[in-house]
Amino acid sequence: MGAWVRPYRAVFRARFHLLVRYRAAALAGFATQCWWGAIKVMVFAAFLRGAVASPMTLREAVDYIWLGQAFLTLLPWTADPELARMVRTGDVAYERLRPLDTYGFWYARAVARRTATPLLRAIPMVLTAGVLLPLAGLGTWGLAGPKGPPAAGLFGVSMLICVALSSAFSTLLDTLVVALLSERGVNTIMGPLAIVFSGNLVPLPLLPEWLQPVMRYQPFAGLLDTPFRIYSGHLGGWDAAAALGRQAFWVVALVLLGRLLMGRVMTRLQTQGG
Amino acid sequence: MNAIRLYGRYIGASLRSQMQYPGSFLLTSLGAFVAPGIDFIAVWALFSRFRQIEGWQFGEVALFYGVIGVAFALADGLTRGFDIFGEEFVKTGDFDRLLVRPRSTVLQLLGYELRATRIGRLAQATLAWALAVHLTNIAWTWQVWAILAFAVAGGAALFAGILVLQATLAFWTVESLEIANTLTYGGVEAAQYPLDIYAQWFRNFLTFIVPLGCVSFFPVAVVLGRADRTGVAPALAVLAPALGFVFFGVSLWVWRFGVRHYTSTGS
Repeated sequence: MGAWVRPYRAVFRARFHLLVRYRAAALAGFATQCWWGAIKVMVFAAFLRGAVASPMTLREAVDYIWLGQAFLTLLPWTADPELARMVRTGDVAYERLRPLDTYGFWYARAVARRTATPLLRAIPMVLTAGVLLPLAGLGTWGLAGPKGPPAAGLFGVSMLICVALSSAFSTLLDTLVVALLSERGVNTIMGPLAIVFSGNLVPLPLLPEWLQPVMRYQPFAGLLDTPFRIYSGHLGGWDAAAALGRQAFWVVALVLLGRLLMGRVMTRLQTQGG
Repeated sequence: MNAIRLYGRYIGASLRSQMQYPGSFLLTSLGAFVAPGIDFIAVWALFSRFRQIEGWQFGEVALFYGVIGVAFALADGLTRGFDIFGEEFVKTGDFDRLLVRPRSTVLQLLGYELRATRIGRLAQATLAWALAVHLTNIAWTWQVWAILAFAVAGGAALFAGILVLQATLAFWTVESLEIANTLTYGGVEAAQYPLDIYAQWFRNFLTFIVPLGCVSFFPVAVVLGRADRTGVAPALAVLAPALGFVFFGVSLWVWRFGVRHYTSTGS
């Protein structure tokens, strides 16, 4: 790798190490997510028991729910609190003094944030839902393995694109915070949007039929829906390839949009404080 | 000055201070309206596809949702002092100041702040309740309102009890543990559906340990004319929310135990 990536790699590493330290928070989050996952699994099972036809089997829905709990913190639902503080105090001006591309710098921070915390949460969650539950004889309610090696491979690719997409979203949010001088509005709007449209609330295929065309093409689908459906085999073959293509398209589109917005915001940057 | 008038003064001061930032107040209220609102979107989306859940209709589930939502909004608005107790009082040592005042610590913490922004959550739950009134064929007699008012009061007491227990834990752990969120937010999540759709162990937990089912499922099922789904006599089901008050009483007793074991971190 060329010398130009070194600073970005360094900021990624520093943030990553900082974030994996919050063990108590991770433990509390883990317990909450187990509880939530259990409730969701029981609710969906109850709905599906009386269903005449369903676009998803119980198996696919259960996998989707547990993966959704495991990778919850991958969702870009808040701007970076530290950048928000910099905007409040005016320290954000220092970010402009660094001999680095600000977008790349913030993007590297975002990647650390969207990998460190999710990893801490995902590992115990996957072990609990995927190993402990089947061992306790509750395999029907647990996380099954991916549907075959091709699904596993494509799932891996899709998760990588998912991190890139989530980081592009996060950087866009950070830039919006600079433009609006406060993180409050951005976070209020973004949380619900990300939860509903990524499929975390209800798996996207279970939403009403007339919403499906919109759901397929909107950018949030690439955050959770695409990799999870590939995992359980709900999306396979050309459908999976097309979904990966849509995911990649949104990464490029959001990075370009983020750069454009950052260019505009930074040329007329307002700083507060003193 | 008696306790109730003093509490009124506390609340007045708290409201005046929150209204100093009207923009922030509006945005936060909006957030408190939207965030739980997406739970209702989930209920609606699943019903629009599957029509029913174990024989329960959308309007009926909307009433479960509304009752537990209103109860939680009330408790959450009133008990802010307990919610942030670890960070704001134990960690800083500020609890010492509460102890030297000639008033009960519970009263002082209740008066710490009335979170007016919870009006958003309250409005959201009330809307779900109104939808239930519209969609079901209940005769809304005063008896029905009395049963549901008792359910809401019992539910609010139960949630307040959970928050008091969370605060009590902070005497030992210093920081507030978010683990109580599983019972508060997670409890709302669980109780927005009728209890009989869940696995037996989970129903037992929500009936005997943390009696969330008693404060909403039993009385609401009676109101909906589905007392048969509860497995207990209607008269008993209607009185079940009393367990919410019992839970609150127990939590206050545990609180006093915690206060006796309090060691100041202050300097």
